[in-house]
Amino acid sequence: MTRWPPILAGVAALLLWQGAVWASGVPAYLVPGPLAIVRAFLDAPALLLGSLLSTLVVTFTALAVSTGLGVGLAVAITASRWARAAIQPWAVALQVTPVVAIAPLIIAWVGDPFTALVACATIVAFFPIFSNTAIGLASPPGELLDLFRLNGAGRWATLRLLRLPAALPYFLAGLRISGGLALVGAVVAEFVAGAGGFASGLAYRILESGYRLQIPRMFAALVLLSAAGIAINAVLGAAGTWLLRRRGEA
Amino acid sequence: MSLLRIARVGRRFATGTEALRDASLEIAAGDFVALLGPSGCGKSTLLRLIAGLDAPDSGFLAWGDGAPAPGEIGFVFQDATLLPWATAAENVFLPLRLRGMAWAAARAEVDAALARVGLAGFAGARPRELSGGMRMRVSIARALVGRPRLLLMDEPFAALDEFTRHALQDDMLALWRDARCTVVFVTHSIYEASFLARRIVVMTPRPGRIACEIASPLPPAPAARFSPEYAALVGRVSGVLRAEMA
Ligand SMILES: Nc1ncnc2c1ncn2[C@@H]1O[C@H](COP(=O)(O)OP(=O)(O)OP(=O)(O)O)[C@@H](O)[C@H]1O
Ligand SMILES: [Mg+2]
Repeated sequence: MTRWPPILAGVAALLLWQGAVWASGVPAYLVPGPLAIVRAFLDAPALLLGSLLSTLVVTFTALAVSTGLGVGLAVAITASRWARAAIQPWAVALQVTPVVAIAPLIIAWVGDPFTALVACATIVAFFPIFSNTAIGLASPPGELLDLFRLNGAGRWATLRLLRLPAALPYFLAGLRISGGLALVGAVVAEFVAGAGGFASGLAYRILESGYRLQIPRMFAALVLLSAAGIAINAVLGAAGTWLLRRRGEA
Repeated sequence: MSLLRIARVGRRFATGTEALRDASLEIAAGDFVALLGPSGCGKSTLLRLIAGLDAPDSGFLAWGDGAPAPGEIGFVFQDATLLPWATAAENVFLPLRLRGMAWAAARAEVDAALARVGLAGFAGARPRELSGGMRMRVSIARALVGRPRLLLMDEPFAALDEFTRHALQDDMLALWRDARCTVVFVTHSIYEASFLARRIVVMTPRPGRIACEIASPLPPAPAARFSPEYAALVGRVSGVLRAEMA
Protein backbone atom coordinates (compact mmCIF):
# COMPACT_ATOMS: atom_id res chain seq x y z
CA MET A 1 0.00 0.00 0.00
CA THR A 2 2.88 2.34 0.71
CA ARG A 3 4.20 1.71 -2.82
CA TRP A 4 1.44 3.58 -4.55
CA PRO A 5 1.48 7.13 -3.15
CA PRO A 6 4.98 8.01 -4.44
CA ILE A 7 4.24 6.53 -7.87
CA LEU A 8 0.91 8.32 -8.16
CA ALA A 9 2.46 11.58 -7.02
CA GLY A 10 5.24 11.17 -9.57
CA VAL A 11 2.86 10.46 -12.44
CA ALA A 12 0.70 13.44 -11.45
CA ALA A 13 3.74 15.71 -11.37
CA LEU A 14 4.87 14.51 -14.81
CA LEU A 15 1.39 15.12 -16.27
CA LEU A 16 1.24 18.59 -14.73
CA TRP A 17 4.72 19.38 -16.04
CA GLN A 18 3.92 18.24 -19.59
CA GLY A 19 0.60 20.11 -19.48
CA ALA A 20 2.25 23.31 -18.28
CA VAL A 21 4.90 23.10 -21.01
CA TRP A 22 2.21 22.67 -23.70
CA ALA A 23 -0.07 25.35 -22.29
CA SER A 24 2.64 28.01 -21.86
CA GLY A 25 4.54 27.19 -25.04
CA VAL A 26 8.01 27.59 -23.40
CA PRO A 27 10.68 26.49 -25.86
CA ALA A 28 12.37 23.15 -25.14
CA TYR A 29 15.82 24.81 -24.77
CA LEU A 30 14.47 26.59 -21.68
CA VAL A 31 12.23 23.98 -20.06
CA PRO A 32 11.78 20.66 -21.87
CA GLY A 33 8.71 18.58 -21.03
CA PRO A 34 8.96 14.90 -20.01
CA LEU A 35 8.18 13.77 -23.56
CA ALA A 36 11.00 15.85 -25.03
CA ILE A 37 13.38 14.36 -22.44
CA VAL A 38 12.36 10.82 -23.36
CA ARG A 39 12.82 11.68 -27.03
CA ALA A 40 16.29 13.10 -26.30
CA PHE A 41 17.20 9.85 -24.60
CA LEU A 42 15.89 7.76 -27.50
CA ASP A 43 17.91 9.93 -29.93
CA ALA A 44 21.20 8.85 -28.36
CA PRO A 45 20.68 5.92 -26.00
CA ALA A 46 24.12 4.41 -26.57
CA LEU A 47 25.87 7.69 -25.81
CA LEU A 48 23.95 8.32 -22.60
CA LEU A 49 24.07 4.74 -21.33
CA GLY A 50 27.79 4.63 -22.11
CA SER A 51 28.23 7.76 -20.00
CA LEU A 52 26.16 6.20 -17.22
CA LEU A 53 28.39 3.14 -17.30
CA SER A 54 31.51 5.29 -17.15
CA THR A 55 30.20 7.16 -14.08
CA LEU A 56 29.12 3.91 -12.43
CA VAL A 57 32.54 2.36 -12.92
CA VAL A 58 34.10 5.31 -11.10
CA THR A 59 31.38 5.12 -8.41
CA PHE A 60 31.80 1.42 -7.67
CA THR A 61 35.58 1.54 -7.81
CA ALA A 62 35.46 4.36 -5.26
CA LEU A 63 32.99 2.41 -3.14
CA ALA A 64 35.25 -0.65 -3.16
CA VAL A 65 38.29 1.45 -2.23
CA SER A 66 36.27 3.19 0.50
CA THR A 67 35.21 -0.18 1.90
CA GLY A 68 38.76 -1.49 2.05
CA LEU A 69 40.16 1.75 3.46
CA GLY A 70 37.24 2.42 5.82
CA VAL A 71 37.14 -1.06 7.34
CA GLY A 72 40.94 -1.29 7.49
CA LEU A 73 41.36 2.04 9.28
CA ALA A 74 38.40 1.32 11.59
CA VAL A 75 40.09 -1.92 12.64
CA ALA A 76 43.36 -0.03 13.14
CA ILE A 77 41.86 2.62 15.43
CA THR A 78 40.00 -0.06 17.40
CA ALA A 79 43.16 -2.11 17.86
CA SER A 80 45.53 0.65 18.92
CA ARG A 81 45.13 3.89 20.82
CA TRP A 82 48.14 5.23 18.98
CA ALA A 83 46.55 4.56 15.60
CA ARG A 84 43.34 6.20 16.80
CA ALA A 85 45.16 9.38 17.80
CA ALA A 86 47.03 9.41 14.51
CA ILE A 87 44.12 8.65 12.16
CA GLN A 88 40.93 10.06 13.66
CA PRO A 89 41.64 13.83 13.24
CA TRP A 90 42.77 13.38 9.63
CA ALA A 91 39.71 11.37 8.74
CA VAL A 92 37.51 14.13 10.17
CA ALA A 93 39.54 16.82 8.40
CA LEU A 94 39.08 15.02 5.10
CA GLN A 95 35.38 14.61 5.79
CA VAL A 96 34.71 18.29 6.47
CA THR A 97 36.76 19.57 3.52
CA PRO A 98 34.44 20.18 0.55
CA VAL A 99 35.52 17.93 -2.29
CA VAL A 100 34.89 20.67 -4.88
CA ALA A 101 37.66 22.64 -3.22
CA ILE A 102 40.29 19.92 -3.40
CA ALA A 103 39.19 18.19 -6.60
CA PRO A 104 41.12 20.62 -8.88
CA LEU A 105 44.30 19.91 -6.91
CA ILE A 106 43.82 16.18 -7.06
CA ILE A 107 43.06 16.28 -10.76
CA ALA A 108 46.15 18.39 -11.37
CA TRP A 109 48.42 16.20 -9.23
CA VAL A 110 47.19 12.78 -10.28
CA GLY A 111 48.02 12.33 -13.93
CA ASP A 112 45.63 9.53 -14.73
CA PRO A 113 42.07 10.96 -14.96
CA PHE A 114 40.39 7.70 -13.87
CA THR A 115 42.54 7.52 -10.73
CA ALA A 116 41.85 11.20 -10.01
CA LEU A 117 38.08 10.74 -10.29
CA VAL A 118 38.17 7.65 -8.08
CA ALA A 119 40.29 9.50 -5.53
CA CYS A 120 37.78 12.38 -5.33
CA ALA A 121 34.80 10.05 -5.04
CA THR A 122 36.59 8.02 -2.37
CA ILE A 123 37.24 11.13 -0.28
CA VAL A 124 33.50 11.79 -0.24
CA ALA A 125 32.39 8.18 0.25
CA PHE A 126 34.97 6.97 2.74
CA PHE A 127 33.77 8.53 5.98
CA PRO A 128 30.39 6.84 6.67
CA ILE A 129 31.90 3.38 6.20
CA PHE A 130 34.87 4.27 8.39
CA SER A 131 32.97 5.85 11.27
CA ASN A 132 30.08 3.37 11.26
CA THR A 133 32.42 0.38 11.22
CA ALA A 134 34.47 1.90 14.05
CA ILE A 135 31.31 2.30 16.15
CA GLY A 136 30.28 -1.26 15.32
CA LEU A 137 33.66 -2.69 16.28
CA ALA A 138 33.32 -1.02 19.69
CA SER A 139 29.70 -2.15 20.14
CA PRO A 140 30.03 -5.57 21.87
CA PRO A 141 29.00 -5.28 25.55
CA GLY A 142 31.67 -5.55 28.24
CA GLU A 143 30.29 -8.89 29.39
CA LEU A 144 31.02 -10.50 26.02
CA LEU A 145 34.52 -9.05 26.00
CA ASP A 146 34.97 -10.47 29.52
CA LEU A 147 33.77 -13.85 28.32
CA PHE A 148 36.37 -13.83 25.55
CA ARG A 149 39.07 -12.87 28.04
CA LEU A 150 38.03 -15.63 30.45
CA ASN A 151 38.52 -18.17 27.71
CA GLY A 152 41.94 -16.88 26.80
CA ALA A 153 40.97 -15.24 23.51
CA GLY A 154 43.61 -12.95 22.03
CA ARG A 155 43.05 -9.78 20.04
CA TRP A 156 42.81 -11.55 16.73
CA ALA A 157 40.19 -14.06 17.92
CA THR A 158 38.20 -11.28 19.57
CA LEU A 159 38.30 -9.28 16.35
CA ARG A 160 37.35 -12.18 14.11
CA LEU A 161 34.69 -13.85 16.25
CA LEU A 162 33.23 -10.87 18.09
CA ARG A 163 34.07 -7.37 16.89
CA LEU A 164 33.84 -7.89 13.13
CA PRO A 165 30.56 -9.83 13.17
CA ALA A 166 29.11 -7.29 15.62
CA ALA A 167 30.15 -4.47 13.26
CA LEU A 168 28.36 -5.94 10.23
CA PRO A 169 24.99 -4.15 10.67
CA TYR A 170 26.80 -0.85 11.31
CA PHE A 171 29.04 -1.38 8.29
CA LEU A 172 26.03 -2.11 6.06
CA ALA A 173 24.28 1.09 7.16
CA GLY A 174 27.46 3.02 6.39
CA LEU A 175 27.88 1.29 3.03
CA ARG A 176 24.40 2.35 1.97
CA ILE A 177 25.12 6.01 2.75
CA SER A 178 28.53 5.77 1.10
CA GLY A 179 27.00 4.29 -2.05
CA GLY A 180 25.01 7.46 -2.67
CA LEU A 181 27.97 9.65 -1.71
CA ALA A 182 30.33 7.82 -4.07
CA LEU A 183 28.02 8.73 -6.96
CA VAL A 184 27.86 12.35 -5.80
CA GLY A 185 31.64 12.43 -5.47
CA ALA A 186 32.16 10.93 -8.91
CA VAL A 187 29.83 13.48 -10.49
CA VAL A 188 31.39 16.43 -8.68
CA ALA A 189 34.85 15.31 -9.77
CA GLU A 190 33.69 14.92 -13.37
CA PHE A 191 32.25 18.42 -13.27
CA VAL A 192 35.49 19.88 -11.95
CA ALA A 193 37.58 17.88 -14.40
CA GLY A 194 35.35 18.90 -17.30
CA ALA A 195 36.93 18.27 -20.69
CA GLY A 196 40.30 17.72 -18.95
CA GLY A 197 38.98 14.58 -17.32
CA PHE A 198 37.69 11.39 -18.75
CA ALA A 199 35.28 13.23 -21.10
CA SER A 200 32.82 10.38 -20.94
CA GLY A 201 30.81 10.44 -17.69
CA LEU A 202 27.27 11.64 -17.16
CA ALA A 203 28.43 14.91 -15.60
CA TYR A 204 30.53 15.61 -18.66
CA ARG A 205 27.45 14.88 -20.80
CA ILE A 206 25.49 17.41 -18.75
CA LEU A 207 28.19 20.08 -19.21
CA GLU A 208 28.49 19.37 -22.91
CA SER A 209 24.73 19.46 -23.53
CA GLY A 210 24.60 22.74 -21.63
CA TYR A 211 27.22 24.34 -23.88
CA ARG A 212 25.41 23.09 -26.97
CA LEU A 213 22.02 24.12 -25.66
CA GLN A 214 20.78 20.53 -25.97
CA ILE A 215 18.70 21.04 -22.87
CA PRO A 216 16.45 17.94 -23.27
CA ARG A 217 19.57 15.75 -23.46
CA MET A 218 20.94 17.48 -20.37
CA PHE A 219 17.75 16.62 -18.52
CA ALA A 220 17.90 13.04 -19.81
CA ALA A 221 21.41 12.70 -18.34
CA LEU A 222 20.13 14.19 -15.09
CA VAL A 223 17.29 11.67 -14.92
CA LEU A 224 19.72 8.80 -15.50
CA LEU A 225 21.86 10.14 -12.68
CA SER A 226 19.04 10.22 -10.14
CA ALA A 227 17.82 6.81 -11.30
CA ALA A 228 21.33 5.46 -10.73
CA GLY A 229 21.42 7.02 -7.25
CA ILE A 230 18.04 5.56 -6.32
CA ALA A 231 19.04 2.14 -7.67
CA ILE A 232 22.34 2.10 -5.76
CA ASN A 233 20.54 2.99 -2.54
CA ALA A 234 17.85 0.34 -3.10
CA VAL A 235 20.28 -2.42 -4.07
CA LEU A 236 22.63 -1.78 -1.13
CA GLY A 237 19.64 -1.58 1.22
CA ALA A 238 18.17 -4.85 -0.02
CA ALA A 239 21.55 -6.62 0.05
CA GLY A 240 22.06 -5.49 3.64
CA THR A 241 18.64 -6.67 4.78
CA TRP A 242 19.19 -10.00 3.05
CA LEU A 243 22.56 -10.52 4.72
CA LEU A 244 21.24 -9.67 8.19
CA ARG A 245 18.17 -11.83 7.72
CA ARG A 246 20.37 -14.74 6.72
CA ARG A 247 22.20 -14.28 10.02
CA GLY A 248 18.85 -14.40 11.78
CA GLU A 249 19.00 -10.77 12.94
CA ALA A 250 16.74 -8.57 10.84
CA MET B 1 39.63 -28.82 50.58
CA SER B 2 39.99 -25.10 49.96
CA LEU B 3 39.57 -24.10 46.34
CA LEU B 4 40.11 -20.41 46.94
CA ARG B 5 40.95 -18.21 49.86
CA ILE B 6 40.12 -14.54 49.57
CA ALA B 7 42.17 -12.66 52.14
CA ARG B 8 41.38 -9.10 53.27
CA VAL B 9 40.73 -7.95 49.74
CA GLY B 10 40.12 -4.26 49.03
CA ARG B 11 39.17 -2.51 45.81
CA ARG B 12 38.91 1.23 45.25
CA PHE B 13 38.06 2.45 41.76
CA ALA B 14 39.70 5.38 40.01
CA THR B 15 36.46 7.31 40.59
CA GLY B 16 37.16 7.16 44.34
CA THR B 17 34.42 4.62 45.07
CA GLU B 18 35.60 2.08 47.57
CA ALA B 19 33.69 -1.05 46.61
CA LEU B 20 35.37 -3.58 48.93
CA ARG B 21 37.35 -3.30 52.14
CA ASP B 22 38.93 -6.23 53.95
CA ALA B 23 36.67 -8.83 52.41
CA SER B 24 37.72 -12.33 53.44
CA LEU B 25 36.12 -15.56 52.35
CA GLU B 26 37.09 -19.16 51.91
CA ILE B 27 35.48 -21.29 49.22
CA ALA B 28 35.72 -25.07 49.39
CA ALA B 29 35.74 -27.26 46.30
CA GLY B 30 32.23 -28.45 45.49
CA ASP B 31 30.56 -25.73 47.54
CA PHE B 32 27.54 -23.67 46.51
CA VAL B 33 27.98 -20.19 47.95
CA ALA B 34 25.45 -17.38 47.66
CA LEU B 35 26.75 -13.82 47.99
CA LEU B 36 23.90 -11.79 49.36
CA GLY B 37 23.89 -8.08 50.01
CA PRO B 38 22.25 -4.75 49.21
CA SER B 39 22.67 -3.14 45.82
CA GLY B 40 26.07 -1.52 45.32
CA CYS B 41 27.82 -3.39 48.13
CA GLY B 42 30.48 -4.82 45.83
CA LYS B 43 29.14 -8.28 44.96
CA SER B 44 29.86 -7.98 41.24
CA THR B 45 33.23 -6.44 42.02
CA LEU B 46 34.14 -9.42 44.20
CA LEU B 47 33.01 -11.83 41.48
CA ARG B 48 35.16 -10.08 38.88
CA LEU B 49 38.14 -10.28 41.23
CA ILE B 50 37.60 -14.02 41.60
CA ALA B 51 37.35 -14.37 37.82
CA GLY B 52 40.61 -12.51 37.35
CA LEU B 53 38.88 -9.83 35.27
CA ASP B 54 39.97 -7.22 37.81
CA ALA B 55 42.74 -7.08 40.41
CA PRO B 56 42.48 -6.11 44.09
CA ASP B 57 44.23 -3.00 45.42
CA SER B 58 44.98 -4.71 48.72
CA GLY B 59 44.81 -8.25 50.04
CA PHE B 60 45.14 -11.30 47.84
CA LEU B 61 43.44 -14.38 46.41
CA ALA B 62 45.10 -17.74 47.00
CA TRP B 63 44.10 -20.69 44.86
CA GLY B 64 44.47 -24.14 46.43
CA ASP B 65 45.39 -25.82 43.14
CA GLY B 66 47.05 -22.92 41.37
CA ALA B 67 45.27 -20.12 39.52
CA PRO B 68 42.69 -21.38 37.04
CA ALA B 69 43.70 -21.71 33.39
CA PRO B 70 41.63 -20.08 30.64
CA GLY B 71 38.25 -21.78 30.48
CA GLU B 72 38.38 -23.21 33.98
CA ILE B 73 36.03 -20.49 35.17
CA GLY B 74 32.48 -20.32 33.82
CA PHE B 75 30.69 -16.99 34.11
CA VAL B 76 26.97 -16.33 33.80
CA PHE B 77 25.94 -12.68 33.62
CA GLN B 78 22.66 -11.02 34.50
CA ASP B 79 21.79 -10.83 30.81
CA ALA B 80 22.30 -13.87 28.62
CA THR B 81 24.75 -11.89 26.39
CA LEU B 82 24.64 -14.38 23.53
CA LEU B 83 26.05 -13.66 20.10
CA PRO B 84 22.88 -12.61 18.25
CA TRP B 85 24.11 -13.90 14.88
CA ALA B 86 25.02 -17.36 16.17
CA THR B 87 22.77 -20.35 16.84
CA ALA B 88 22.33 -21.79 20.33
CA ALA B 89 24.85 -24.53 19.50
CA GLU B 90 27.37 -22.04 18.11
CA ASN B 91 26.99 -19.91 21.24
CA VAL B 92 27.62 -22.91 23.48
CA PHE B 93 30.55 -23.93 21.28
CA LEU B 94 32.20 -20.51 21.67
CA PRO B 95 34.31 -21.14 24.81
CA LEU B 96 35.63 -24.41 23.36
CA ARG B 97 36.32 -22.73 20.04
CA LEU B 98 38.26 -19.95 21.74
CA ARG B 99 40.40 -22.62 23.34
CA GLY B 100 41.19 -24.05 19.94
CA MET B 101 38.82 -26.98 19.76
CA ALA B 102 37.37 -27.96 16.37
CA TRP B 103 33.63 -28.25 15.87
CA ALA B 104 33.78 -31.95 15.09
CA ALA B 105 35.55 -32.68 18.37
CA ALA B 106 33.34 -30.36 20.42
CA ARG B 107 30.01 -31.36 18.97
CA ALA B 108 29.18 -34.11 21.45
CA GLU B 109 29.98 -31.84 24.41
CA VAL B 110 27.92 -29.00 22.99
CA ASP B 111 24.93 -31.28 22.46
CA ALA B 112 25.32 -32.67 25.97
CA ALA B 113 25.47 -29.18 27.49
CA LEU B 114 22.34 -28.12 25.62
CA ALA B 115 20.56 -31.29 26.70
CA ARG B 116 21.57 -30.69 30.33
CA VAL B 117 19.73 -27.35 30.34
CA GLY B 118 16.71 -28.83 28.57
CA LEU B 119 17.34 -27.37 25.12
CA ALA B 120 18.17 -30.52 23.18
CA GLY B 121 15.81 -29.58 20.33
CA PHE B 122 17.00 -25.99 19.97
CA ALA B 123 20.59 -26.34 18.77
CA GLY B 124 19.85 -24.47 15.54
CA ALA B 125 17.74 -21.66 17.02
CA ARG B 126 18.99 -18.06 17.04
CA PRO B 127 18.74 -16.01 20.23
CA ARG B 128 15.87 -13.90 18.89
CA GLU B 129 13.82 -17.04 18.37
CA LEU B 130 14.22 -18.02 22.03
CA SER B 131 12.40 -16.76 25.12
CA GLY B 132 14.28 -14.93 27.87
CA GLY B 133 14.38 -18.08 30.00
CA MET B 134 15.66 -20.20 27.12
CA ARG B 135 18.36 -17.64 26.36
CA MET B 136 19.50 -17.82 29.98
CA ARG B 137 19.60 -21.62 29.67
CA VAL B 138 21.87 -21.27 26.63
CA SER B 139 24.05 -18.91 28.64
CA ILE B 140 24.29 -21.50 31.46
CA ALA B 141 25.09 -24.24 28.95
CA ARG B 142 27.83 -22.02 27.54
CA ALA B 143 29.30 -21.62 31.03
CA LEU B 144 29.11 -25.35 31.78
CA VAL B 145 30.36 -26.75 28.48
CA GLY B 146 34.05 -26.53 29.34
CA ARG B 147 33.45 -28.34 32.66
CA PRO B 148 34.72 -25.38 34.69
CA ARG B 149 36.22 -25.85 38.14
CA LEU B 150 34.34 -22.79 39.29
CA LEU B 151 31.05 -21.39 38.10
CA LEU B 152 30.45 -17.70 38.84
CA MET B 153 26.92 -16.36 38.43
CA ASP B 154 25.98 -12.69 38.78
CA GLU B 155 22.24 -12.37 39.43
CA PRO B 156 21.54 -14.65 36.49
CA PHE B 157 17.80 -14.97 37.12
CA ALA B 158 17.04 -11.40 38.22
CA ALA B 159 15.52 -10.40 34.89
CA LEU B 160 13.24 -13.45 34.57
CA ASP B 161 9.62 -13.90 35.57
CA GLU B 162 8.73 -15.87 38.71
CA PHE B 163 7.77 -19.15 36.95
CA THR B 164 10.86 -19.25 34.80
CA ARG B 165 13.01 -18.29 37.76
CA HIS B 166 11.70 -21.16 39.88
CA ALA B 167 12.19 -23.63 37.04
CA LEU B 168 15.76 -22.46 36.48
CA GLN B 169 16.52 -22.52 40.20
CA ASP B 170 15.33 -26.14 40.40
CA ASP B 171 17.46 -27.00 37.36
CA MET B 172 20.42 -25.18 38.84
CA LEU B 173 20.38 -27.41 41.89
CA ALA B 174 20.27 -30.53 39.72
CA LEU B 175 23.12 -29.23 37.54
CA TRP B 176 25.24 -28.49 40.58
CA ARG B 177 24.61 -31.98 42.01
CA ASP B 178 25.45 -33.67 38.70
CA ALA B 179 28.34 -31.50 37.52
CA ARG B 180 29.98 -31.40 40.95
CA CYS B 181 31.51 -28.01 40.31
CA THR B 182 31.86 -25.14 42.73
CA VAL B 183 29.33 -22.31 42.41
CA VAL B 184 29.49 -18.72 43.62
CA PHE B 185 26.10 -17.19 43.04
CA VAL B 186 25.45 -13.45 43.49
CA THR B 187 21.90 -12.43 44.26
CA HIS B 188 19.95 -9.87 46.21
CA SER B 189 17.03 -12.18 46.70
CA ILE B 190 16.88 -13.68 50.19
CA TYR B 191 14.58 -16.41 48.86
CA GLU B 192 16.90 -17.37 46.04
CA ALA B 193 19.95 -17.47 48.30
CA SER B 194 18.15 -19.52 50.93
CA PHE B 195 16.82 -22.04 48.44
CA LEU B 196 19.96 -22.57 46.37
CA ALA B 197 23.02 -22.13 48.50
CA ARG B 198 24.74 -24.47 50.89
CA ARG B 199 26.34 -21.40 52.44
CA ILE B 200 24.81 -17.96 52.48
CA VAL B 201 27.40 -15.21 52.74
CA VAL B 202 25.95 -11.85 53.78
CA MET B 203 27.82 -8.71 52.82
CA THR B 204 27.70 -5.28 54.44
CA PRO B 205 26.73 -2.11 52.56
CA ARG B 206 29.60 -0.41 50.71
CA PRO B 207 32.49 -0.69 51.25
CA GLY B 208 31.60 -4.36 51.21
CA ARG B 209 32.91 -6.82 53.76
CA ILE B 210 31.65 -10.24 54.72
CA ALA B 211 29.22 -9.65 57.57
CA CYS B 212 28.44 -13.25 58.41
CA GLU B 213 27.82 -16.69 56.98
CA ILE B 214 24.84 -18.94 57.43
CA ALA B 215 25.02 -22.65 56.65
CA SER B 216 21.89 -24.02 55.03
CA PRO B 217 20.20 -27.00 56.69
CA LEU B 218 18.08 -27.66 53.56
CA PRO B 219 18.54 -30.58 51.19
CA PRO B 220 19.48 -29.48 47.65
CA ALA B 221 16.16 -30.45 46.13
CA PRO B 222 13.10 -28.65 44.68
CA ALA B 223 10.90 -30.01 47.47
CA ALA B 224 12.86 -27.94 49.99
CA ARG B 225 10.98 -24.86 48.78
CA PHE B 226 7.86 -26.10 50.60
CA SER B 227 9.48 -27.16 53.86
CA PRO B 228 9.13 -25.28 57.15
CA GLU B 229 12.94 -25.28 57.38
CA TYR B 230 13.03 -23.11 54.25
CA ALA B 231 10.65 -20.59 55.79
CA ALA B 232 12.73 -20.57 58.96
CA LEU B 233 15.95 -20.03 57.00
CA VAL B 234 14.45 -17.15 55.03
CA GLY B 235 13.39 -15.60 58.34
CA ARG B 236 16.84 -16.00 59.80
CA VAL B 237 18.63 -14.51 56.79
CA SER B 238 16.18 -11.59 56.73
CA GLY B 239 16.91 -10.92 60.37
CA VAL B 240 20.64 -10.89 59.79
CA LEU B 241 20.27 -8.54 56.80
CA ARG B 242 18.02 -6.18 58.76
CA ALA B 243 20.57 -6.05 61.60
CA GLU B 244 23.30 -5.44 59.03
CA MET B 245 21.51 -2.54 57.35
CA ALA B 246 20.69 -0.83 60.65
N1 LIG C 1 34.42 -0.03 36.90
C1 LIG C 1 33.98 0.74 37.92
N2 LIG C 1 34.41 2.01 38.04
C2 LIG C 1 33.98 2.79 39.05
N3 LIG C 1 33.11 2.41 39.99
C3 LIG C 1 32.66 1.15 39.94
C4 LIG C 1 33.04 0.25 38.89
N4 LIG C 1 32.43 -0.93 39.08
C5 LIG C 1 31.67 -0.78 40.19
N5 LIG C 1 31.81 0.46 40.70
C6 LIG C 1 31.18 0.97 41.94
O1 LIG C 1 31.48 0.08 42.98
C7 LIG C 1 30.37 -0.14 43.82
C8 LIG C 1 30.06 -1.63 43.90
O2 LIG C 1 29.64 -2.06 42.62
P1 LIG C 1 29.16 -3.54 42.33
O3 LIG C 1 28.76 -3.59 40.91
O4 LIG C 1 30.20 -4.49 42.77
O5 LIG C 1 27.88 -3.68 43.27
P2 LIG C 1 26.86 -4.87 43.39
O6 LIG C 1 26.89 -5.32 44.80
O7 LIG C 1 27.10 -5.88 42.35
O8 LIG C 1 25.48 -4.13 43.13
P3 LIG C 1 24.16 -4.66 42.40
O9 LIG C 1 23.50 -5.58 43.35
O10 LIG C 1 23.35 -3.42 42.19
O11 LIG C 1 24.60 -5.32 41.15
C9 LIG C 1 29.23 0.68 43.23
O12 LIG C 1 29.11 1.87 43.96
C10 LIG C 1 29.67 0.96 41.82
O13 LIG C 1 29.20 2.22 41.41
MG1 LIG D 1 26.10 -6.43 40.54
